[in-house]
Amino acid sequence: MRDHDEEILAERLRALPTPPQAWVKAAQEIPLARRGLDDIVDRARADQAFRDALIADLERALEGAGYEPDPVLADAVRSRLSL
Amino acid sequence: MQVVETDAQLVARCRAGDDDAWRELVDRFSRYVYAISVQAFRLSEADAEDVFQEVFARAYEHLHRLRDDSAIRPWLAQLTRRLCLDAIRSGAREQLGDPPEPRDVDDTITRLDEALVVHEALDMLSKDCREILDRFFAQDESYRRIGEALDLPPGTIASRISRCLVKLRGELEGRNPAAVESGG
Repeated sequence: MRDHDEEILAERLRALPTPPQAWVKAAQEIPLARRGLDDIVDRARADQAFRDALIADLERALEGAGYEPDPVLADAVRSRLSL
Repeated sequence: MQVVETDAQLVARCRAGDDDAWRELVDRFSRYVYAISVQAFRLSEADAEDVFQEVFARAYEHLHRLRDDSAIRPWLAQLTRRLCLDAIRSGAREQLGDPPEPRDVDDTITRLDEALVVHEALDMLSKDCREILDRFFAQDESYRRIGEALDLPPGTIASRISRCLVKLRGELEGRNPAAVESGG
């Protein structure tokens, strides 16, 4: 019975604190970021000026192209394009 | 009473490209991943954030590699553990040598596994009980703050918490009567 004693339950409820909401939201948006990522990578491969802009200032180029320049997306663009 | 999808059902929906399922998966395991990094590995908030994002990014990318959909929890635990070690090693490289894994990692993860089971049972309770127990225990809110948020007199919070704990205990006993019999 001890496993379900109220004191033990309370301890187990306390053991999993909530992470910052912004972290959770960013992780939840990964599929959206990835979809944007594919478009960005395709465009960078087809459009040298856009690629140059990404190399010069990635966050600003993303923003200029209408994407939310969040760090997860920016890192993924760098990695996919080997910037 | 809530109807909650099994981990395997949720993973199957994620793999089919269902964004809502992915959001639910992150929601279901976010505390677990966070707790492993800050409790088992005692990472700083900055390192914990990096690990947190990387765990879910890799999980999303490699979900198709998971052979048994119901094994998502241990898979995430293993992934988190590996990335926490990388973070520790990366920090140590700036100092001296490779640090060992903290001693009690296995025990802590076992404790967090048990805590996750309790949180899963919590999800089966009414919204009122979920909210009051989560606010009091997981978010460490005071009676006064809970009372303000839920529009309840502070004097009734303790008795509600107690009643909800009894319900939670009932839910757990219904799920795993053997554990009740054996005490474990």
